Amino acid sequence: MGHELAAVIGVGQTKHRSSRKDVSMAGLVREAAIEALDDAHMTWKDIDAVVIGKAPDMFEGIAMPELYLADALGAVGKPMMRVHTAGSVGGSTAIVATKLVTGGVHKRVLTVAYEKQSESNATWGLSVPMPFNAPLVAGAGGFFAPLIRAYMYRSGAPRHIGHLVAVKDRRAALRNPKAHLHIPDIDLKMVEESFMLWDPIRYLDTCPSSDGAMALVIGSEDVADASESPKAWVHGMAMRSEPTMFAKRDQVNPLAGRQCAKDLYEIAGIAEPRAEFDCAEVYVPFSWFEPMWLENLGFCAEGEGWKLTEAGATAPDGDIPWNPSGGVLSSNPIGASGMVRFGEAAQQVRRRAGGYQVEMKTGKALGHAYGGGSQFFSMWVVADHKPTA
Amino acid sequence: MRDVAVVSFAASGTPRELEHNEVEIIVPVLREAIAGSGLAKSEIGFVCSGSLDYLFGGPFAFVAGVDAVGAVPPIRESHVEMDSAWALYEAWCYIQTGEIDSALVYGFSKGSIGDVHEILTMQMDPYHVLPLWPSATDMAALQARAYLEANDLDERALAEVSSGAQRDAAATSYAVRSGGVTVDELLAAPKVADPLRGADIFAAADGAAAVVIAAEDVARRVCPRPAWIRGIEHRIEPHGLGIRDLTRSESTRLAAQAAGALDGPADIAELHAQFSHEVLILSDALGLDPAVTRINPSGGPLAGNCLMAAGLERFGEGAQRIWSGEANRAIVHATSGPCLQHNMVAVLEGE
Repeated sequence: MGHELAAVIGVGQTKHRSSRKDVSMAGLVREAAIEALDDAHMTWKDIDAVVIGKAPDMFEGIAMPELYLADALGAVGKPMMRVHTAGSVGGSTAIVATKLVTGGVHKRVLTVAYEKQSESNATWGLSVPMPFNAPLVAGAGGFFAPLIRAYMYRSGAPRHIGHLVAVKDRRAALRNPKAHLHIPDIDLKMVEESFMLWDPIRYLDTCPSSDGAMALVIGSEDVADASESPKAWVHGMAMRSEPTMFAKRDQVNPLAGRQCAKDLYEIAGIAEPRAEFDCAEVYVPFSWFEPMWLENLGFCAEGEGWKLTEAGATAPDGDIPWNPSGGVLSSNPIGASGMVRFGEAAQQVRRRAGGYQVEMKTGKALGHAYGGGSQFFSMWVVADHKPTA
Repeated sequence: MRDVAVVSFAASGTPRELEHNEVEIIVPVLREAIAGSGLAKSEIGFVCSGSLDYLFGGPFAFVAGVDAVGAVPPIRESHVEMDSAWALYEAWCYIQTGEIDSALVYGFSKGSIGDVHEILTMQMDPYHVLPLWPSATDMAALQARAYLEANDLDERALAEVSSGAQRDAAATSYAVRSGGVTVDELLAAPKVADPLRGADIFAAADGAAAVVIAAEDVARRVCPRPAWIRGIEHRIEPHGLGIRDLTRSESTRLAAQAAGALDGPADIAELHAQFSHEVLILSDALGLDPAVTRINPSGGPLAGNCLMAAGLERFGEGAQRIWSGEANRAIVHATSGPCLQHNMVAVLEGE
């Protein structure tokens, strides 16, 4: 950690939907930002700087949207930044904003991440044909399905493991009014019978396309101490990147993810993640990434992740709940999804998760995001208490 | 705050890069900047870049950068979809946390594969302005006209800036427009967007720029005369051109005040002015007296504007003149958005 402490003192998010035709992009980000400011008992005037994040500009067909959104986010006359690190961007944006506080540069930072998928085409945006490159036009699912098959081959995981995650996260989402997908009668049979998209990913093994935004207010120690809002103290942050391709790259269990987790646990003093976190909000856009990331994040040995999932350890009432909010599988405003993970982890330790609140023992939670070809990682640990020096 | 200095700089520029892709453009510049820093690549604590996907023609332009850096084993890395001056700012903030002592910052673009003026239009309000498709130059011309009229100046004032930029750029290796063109010769050229002529509009370049910054003892160890960042601040203005007073740059003034740029005279100023009138508007906002402060000794973006790198180049240019002893105090500036919407000001000083 830096020489200053920081805490999340305000959280706001939109109701995620496939199309928020009622608002512009500015209206969407404002909805989340205003909720976060209200939660922090602050107004626009109290904010020192604004940091926004989203996935590629090509999704919505606008370049450097912080320029257009400066007015809507109350940034006029203040510093404003725009972070873009692929799918991990929501997490990276929260980290950049928090470092403005832990670096002693600002005391109150508003950070917002969003995506308006109804005004964009993500599969096209991800697969623009490039000169001298083989056209992929596969979107994310076409890219990740072979990695999932490699995981199944390596670990010997049975085919229904992914479907178990798909059901678990959708059932969790029923308790989260802001989640996009609410499928009351979701069960294993429904997932198994949904059509095949990219073998072994069936329709219900994937995330939806959502319009949505997430906002956090990050405060310095003195600001947080003086605030009446519940706090999620930041115990550690880490980011790691590796190239899309290099010799002997392990794309199933990427080194960048393992090293990012190692950095994070060292900073936050975590020795046994499964025992020391009360829950984790982890970027799982395709159901099979739960067992894969369980291993990558050190919650179990390599090859054992699917056994935790199968045993129900990651269910809301399991010993280490993963994605009690319903996760990316239930809401995916792409550029915001990482910040939703970071923010939902904060809400759990702030005891603000409402119907999907999990039991708090250590008071610590993990927020995680990844992007690109499983190559960009951002993570944080938040807790209901200050870190000990 | 921790003392942080610019310790190394490299840049490249060419009007139209036909032989190399982005990775190939970035690699030599990063190599030069790292070699010049006196730090081993593995010693550098953080990497941060600035790029724009539309200039690349596909999503994730920064992934090309990750390939160029050589991120094996995995690195601590981040990216802003802004000019890389803001990547430097992010890295500076990270160094302030005390977790790292140095950072490699870079920006790049190969705008010649598209139309950079149209790409800049994509920055506009997508609902009310973008559908009208005003080019960056058209919008700049509105600002130029407003400035000239408010200050009772004519186009000669612009041509003097443009002529000076081309003359000063003669010694800048990555400049793409330089030479001894006179004010009268420039005024004889046709207008592109009244009152702007070709020479008043930035000279687009393909290329990259990289800077290494380091804190305290590390900076002193690797650099005989580090260019200390005494202040660095940025401020944004309303997006709508009709809401702003285009004849002045309020955000530059606010940033300059906060960064301490107005506290004393500077030997040089490197301004990220993409149009000739912007040199004048920024000089006003920064209170620069040309008799005291040499403005854009490199020629600036009028002589070579590699989008996403040009703001960072100002830091490199300011630092170079401090390393050499030519200057002891430099004001550097970076901008983003239509008509100087968002501005950064930093003060660099020798010991």
